[in-house]
Amino acid sequence: MMQSFDDKASHALRRAALAVLTLWWREMTRFLRQRSRWGSALAQPLVFWVLLGGGMQASFRPTDVPAGTGYMEYFYPGVLTLVMLFTAIFATIAIVEDRREGFLQGVLVAPVTRTSIVLGQALGSTTLALLQGVLFLLLAPLAGLHLSLGALLLVVVVLFCIAFTMTNLGLIIAWRMRSTQGFHAIMNLLLMPLWLLSGAFFPLTGVPLWLLWVMRCNPLTYGIAALRRSLYLAHPDAVGAVPSLAPALGLTVLFGVVTLLAAVYTARQSAL
Amino acid sequence: MTRDGETPHAVVPPATALEPGIAIKGVWHRYGTRVALADVSLQVARGEIFGLLGPNGGGKTTLFHLLATLMPLTEGQVELLGYDLRHAASAIRPHLGVVFQHPSLDRKLTVYENLRHHGHLYGMSGQPLRERIQVVVQRLGLTDRRAELVETLSGGLQRRLELAKAFLHGPALLLLDEPSTGLDPGARLDFMAYLEYLRDQEGVSVLLTTHILEEAEHCDRVGILHQGRLVAVGTPDELKARVGGDVVVVQTPDPAALQRQIHERFGCAPIVVDGSVRVEMAHGHTFVRDVVEAFAAQIQAVTFSKPTLEDVFIHLTGHRFWESGE
Repeated sequence: MMQSFDDKASHALRRAALAVLTLWWREMTRFLRQRSRWGSALAQPLVFWVLLGGGMQASFRPTDVPAGTGYMEYFYPGVLTLVMLFTAIFATIAIVEDRREGFLQGVLVAPVTRTSIVLGQALGSTTLALLQGVLFLLLAPLAGLHLSLGALLLVVVVLFCIAFTMTNLGLIIAWRMRSTQGFHAIMNLLLMPLWLLSGAFFPLTGVPLWLLWVMRCNPLTYGIAALRRSLYLAHPDAVGAVPSLAPALGLTVLFGVVTLLAAVYTARQSAL
Repeated sequence: MTRDGETPHAVVPPATALEPGIAIKGVWHRYGTRVALADVSLQVARGEIFGLLGPNGGGKTTLFHLLATLMPLTEGQVELLGYDLRHAASAIRPHLGVVFQHPSLDRKLTVYENLRHHGHLYGMSGQPLRERIQVVVQRLGLTDRRAELVETLSGGLQRRLELAKAFLHGPALLLLDEPSTGLDPGARLDFMAYLEYLRDQEGVSVLLTTHILEEAEHCDRVGILHQGRLVAVGTPDELKARVGGDVVVVQTPDPAALQRQIHERFGCAPIVVDGSVRVEMAHGHTFVRDVVEAFAAQIQAVTFSKPTLEDVFIHLTGHRFWESGE
């Protein structure tokens, strides 16, 4: 009896894994075949970094950031996060298109749970974001950052968590959407402010009290903090006043899990 | 049931093999206050091709979505292959092959990749999946196209691949929503021939929705769905027999006047449909002669024909097929 229960459970698990894997694989294949998508998530953050970084360099004099940190350097983790954000957005727009064009309906009638579908979508998008993030990491020396292998691995883990959370947020929206136009509106109203008010663009110190609390309540603030802490793993003093690594990373993982559950819930409620 | 994954071809548990493919009893569906399905009951036997005919907006797609487990059943009873749709949707899904009105293929993947992806979703993998794909592409004449991207295929081939995909996991029941949308008449005939092949060789039950009358002619039985109600069910010949003989349609500038005059003179009950006078009767050929002799001055044209399914639709609803839904 116990044996057959275990068999059933492992069988179900294997089928779920197969479904997740095949959905993930499809995201990869599609991405590789659509060359126009390759640069899209990288180019815009890069332009932001160079133009804003260069332009703000002279006027950037925050109180709690160690002297000698230029804006190019301060802004670098923010831009890295922007790469995650853009990839997650593009990937979730692709999911709205899957629905509009009809591909998703074939998946929805298959004997696959919504949990598997969401996991496949989320891991697919996260992988793509991570690939582009790692590519952008090659530019770290230009920001004056020299990473040890340990720091690099930690950065990748943090980027994974950030990308996963972003994708899940995108999925929560995408599963309710019928058109991509609606998605753009939500993105501008929700996802961009999330990024702007995370300490990616300017530090938490010296902002008005109400804004400080908005930023403190923003989950992405802790993602950025974990990212800064990992990038400066060997020089914690150079980070300035941001939450320390363990709580920041813990909260980031927690938000990843919470957003995943919310995305699964949304998918389960969605009729077609 | 626990071995679905390993046995993609084994289709139905033996205990349920005698149950009808589809049994629908007293199904209603409402969108807010609009009634989309009103007390629909019908059965589809094992190994039968059943056509659900009706104009767009008649309720076909609603019924299709209910059967495909995409929408919760709110009122009535549905059994698919002996499973209760309301409580056992996840047990039904492995045995269901679905072709949607809109393509469900990934255009950026090849024919083979689409099929492999689909197989994985149905728990198939490895060598058995490869072999099964080979069988299916060969059967549907897609072997040469295996490596081509779907976006490079013609509309007809894409539809065929939809069918290959729906049939890959060996379903006992195929549901198709307007399967020949966008196909030219030749490709449409091909598609019906494939369905007949699956019915004959694999004993598959098929329910398809259509608004194309010629397509319905090829079904074993047809149900006519009009404004959410099933107004008739039968073989195409049975349905045509209801029309009562032949159909004579008379074109005239003043249909209401001619309708009255024909009624007074011949005692039959002509109706006016779409600006022409229409009479259903046995021995229509003699009536044609009589009516032309009697009202030669008022008549622009007369057509005489054996009833088609469109005539059945007019007979049952008093509407022309095309104007009533759109």
